[in-house]
Amino acid sequence: MKIPASEVLLLLALIIPVVGSFFIFLCRKFPNVREGITLITGIALFANVSLIASRVFTGERPEFVLAEPFSGFTLSLAVEPLGMLFALLASFLWIITSIYAIGYMRGHGEDNQTRFYIFFACSIASVMGVAFAGDLLTLFVFYEILTLMTYPLVTHSGTAEARRSGRVYLGILISTSMVFFLLAVVWTALEVGTLAFSIGGIYPEGTEPWVLGLLLALFVFGIGKAAIMPFHRWLPAAMVAPTPVSALLHAVAVVKAGVFSILKICIYIFGASSLHNLAVAEWLSLLAGFTIIAASIVAMGKDNLKARLAYSTISQLSYVTLGALLGNSAAWTGASMHMVAHAFGKITLFFCAGAILVAHHKKNVSELDGLGRVMPFTMGAFFIGSLSIAGLPPTAGMWSKWYLVLGTVDAGELILLNVLLLSTLLNVYYLVSIPIRGFFKPLRTPVSGIKEAPLPCLIAIGVTTTITVGLFIYPEHLFQAVSGLVTTW
Amino acid sequence: MATIEQLAIFQITIPLIVAPLVFLLKNGNRAWFLTLVTSVAMMWVASQLLVHVLSVGEFVTQIGGWAAPWGIEYRVDTVNAFVLLIVSGMSSIVLMFARQSVNQEIESNKRSLFYTSWLLCLTGLLGVTITGDAFNVFVFLEISSLSSYVLIAMGRDRRALTSSFQYLVMGTIGATFILIGIGFLFIVTGTLNMADISERLSDTSQTRTVRTAFAFIIVGIGLKLAMFPLHLWLPNAYAYAPSVASAFLAATATKVALYMLLRFIYTVFGFEFSFDLPLSETLVILSSAAILVGSVVAIFQDNLKRLLAYSSVAQIGYMLLGVSLATQAGLSAALLHVFNHAVIKGGLFLVLGCFVFRFGTASLKLLSGKGTQMPWTFAAFIAGGLSLIGVPLTTGFVSKWQLVTAALDIGWWPVALVVLAGSILAIVYVWRAVEVLYFRPVSDDSQIVKEAPLELLLPTWLLIGANIYFGINTELSIGVADVAAHWLMTGTR
Repeated sequence: MKIPASEVLLLLALIIPVVGSFFIFLCRKFPNVREGITLITGIALFANVSLIASRVFTGERPEFVLAEPFSGFTLSLAVEPLGMLFALLASFLWIITSIYAIGYMRGHGEDNQTRFYIFFACSIASVMGVAFAGDLLTLFVFYEILTLMTYPLVTHSGTAEARRSGRVYLGILISTSMVFFLLAVVWTALEVGTLAFSIGGIYPEGTEPWVLGLLLALFVFGIGKAAIMPFHRWLPAAMVAPTPVSALLHAVAVVKAGVFSILKICIYIFGASSLHNLAVAEWLSLLAGFTIIAASIVAMGKDNLKARLAYSTISQLSYVTLGALLGNSAAWTGASMHMVAHAFGKITLFFCAGAILVAHHKKNVSELDGLGRVMPFTMGAFFIGSLSIAGLPPTAGMWSKWYLVLGTVDAGELILLNVLLLSTLLNVYYLVSIPIRGFFKPLRTPVSGIKEAPLPCLIAIGVTTTITVGLFIYPEHLFQAVSGLVTTW
Repeated sequence: MATIEQLAIFQITIPLIVAPLVFLLKNGNRAWFLTLVTSVAMMWVASQLLVHVLSVGEFVTQIGGWAAPWGIEYRVDTVNAFVLLIVSGMSSIVLMFARQSVNQEIESNKRSLFYTSWLLCLTGLLGVTITGDAFNVFVFLEISSLSSYVLIAMGRDRRALTSSFQYLVMGTIGATFILIGIGFLFIVTGTLNMADISERLSDTSQTRTVRTAFAFIIVGIGLKLAMFPLHLWLPNAYAYAPSVASAFLAATATKVALYMLLRFIYTVFGFEFSFDLPLSETLVILSSAAILVGSVVAIFQDNLKRLLAYSSVAQIGYMLLGVSLATQAGLSAALLHVFNHAVIKGGLFLVLGCFVFRFGTASLKLLSGKGTQMPWTFAAFIAGGLSLIGVPLTTGFVSKWQLVTAALDIGWWPVALVVLAGSILAIVYVWRAVEVLYFRPVSDDSQIVKEAPLELLLPTWLLIGANIYFGINTELSIGVADVAAHWLMTGTR
């Protein structure tokens, strides 16, 4: 069999999930077949993305023009290492989340599961679009589509609370992107005449600093998915969705699409030298630092487990934003690695939160006392995950944090250095304390024996936990992938 | 084979002649069929005209061989060929939808009358667009207006009568203003031919009479155009008219009025004269207010048709905003939005037609929770709504992009912000409707309906699909709008 050209593979990355969702719709009467199709689609997508990756990491750079809606500005797909990493991450975790979702959705007896799987697949297709966007216009387009595709997942339960959250979700994400992001894109198009990503930035020498600064601020605030304060409220609101959605989309795919966009814009639209000369970049990185601390403090006060994790995510996303804005290679390395490390750590935590919900119908941190004896596997995984979020060994989070810290030192930002270190302490306090309560405090209501979540949930938790630890022991591959990037910067 | 000059005449004479024939057919279905065939034929003619002007160039036809300025001439150039195609095309698509909807909403003895009025209205709209004679504009305008009053008055709700009367009063004032303006121009120049007036005005333009004429004409057209704050007739008229009439008028009537405005500003009075007056300032304020006020009022509507009507007020604001920029890019964005908005609003009003066909109402309160019973219609509503908001891959986005680009190009960033703020307000009114249709508990369980019949769904999805198609492939829409804008600005191709 002839292996198709890389351009075709790129297009397939968008088409496979959409076709999958079509078949999911056709098989809506047969739940087992339907879930089988979800899994097959996920595996096919990951295989496809891996095939692209094997070529990209050897230096190939496939491109594909989809359409040209405005003369000179195209909708196009192109791959560079950062997007490749993001696509690999999202497509791999989709398989794991699908396994988890099967256990969760059935265990929890959710309605409208077909709709759930359809929109899940469509969201993944949009994420692939974001990851492989070849220019700023394409990035914007898929960014918006992603918002719309996830809306039905957020409002899945259809209750008054879900509707209200859906309103906040759509309101903040579409408003910020339509007003700030789109304005910045159009302005860039007028200023430069091209929107194609290119190494070292695209703004010509001698662009007024205030223009660049304003544009950077428009981009950072316009990309609401990165949840920098004060545009973070949509993320806790989105937690009303079923847990697999929170796990994959609101800990990995959607929020990472946000910070990925910021990172990509910093690297390929502004470039390091522009960032260094901008006072605004420094102010924004301080705002990111503020978000890291403030979100952690809010997280402490949250008793609802998913809400606490959501605020923790807000805090962690600002790590990446901060790294992106610092604009030196250590910080960019750290930011890219953190996208991956945080993804595995946080998805583990969400999986655990969902497992606790399915097995024991507990939502609040205060109810988890002694649960470690009933769900030792889940609580153990939770412990590993929270260590990774805090950036402690033996987990992947340590390496990314290490490079981020180096980045702040390189940039001479002592305040931000302290922010990162303080954040570790806060994380220990509000995350690592949860499994400790679970193992050492006495049970509130006695439960006899071990009662874990359904098997598919446990498999998923096992895989992500293993990788979290694995990336600590064998970080070379991740580092090489990222440093392959760094040399090109 | 008819020559291109003859085709231009057919564009008007055929619907005019067929209209009374339709009236003679007492059977509603046959009347419908004849109307549809005529409309499609006119669409074909209009496309021939557009192809001709794009490839060969503009041309003039003298009616009855009487040379201008004594006789009447039809002038076809890129601008009006584009509008002719929009009008006849939208008429044809809406007519495909019309048969079942009209059979349900209009009593059997009035159906052929309805189609007669439709053809007369079409004649009037095409006539306003194609003619090169200022007085002829007024005549055709009255033909289209009078017949549209009839179309609106045929709505099932008795309030259709009062809203039609309201429109009649406002429309007549508008037409009278236009007539007074044309009269003044005739006094100054002694001619009614637009090209001729334009030539002679260049010597005498800075007189008070000409400026008064300009003011009368702009305000008169503003009334027909529903330019804020002269829009008060529009929401009621669209809300109580029969579903297909709302769709037809929303997609065509205001577009032709905008064309008329451009024709007078650019061709008759000329760019310099018009924009030496505070036209740009006036338009930018009125259109920004239209966008913001129209959208905010739309948020509070219970009747979906009224909601879309107020949204139309806002969307007309976008077109005028493009005109107010006084640049070629702005003008092109305005013309593009004429096309895009016709497709969006036509599609959305057809969606409402489907809802009304099954539920007999467009009231949001009565429709709550019923979107799920008609999934395809509901999906069309969402897709059209997204286009109204201006989400990427829809025509609405393309319009917004062009408009924001044009505004930023001359440094008018507050205008760009108004356009973008309009999107946010649009999310609110569209999403409010989506939420009520989908999530609210059903108000009365007894009424379970089927999806709308294919005959209604196909034309609806044709327009909604066009929304997406022209949101991705803009070769035709932006291409023609650019050529037309260039023609208006410079008078050359």
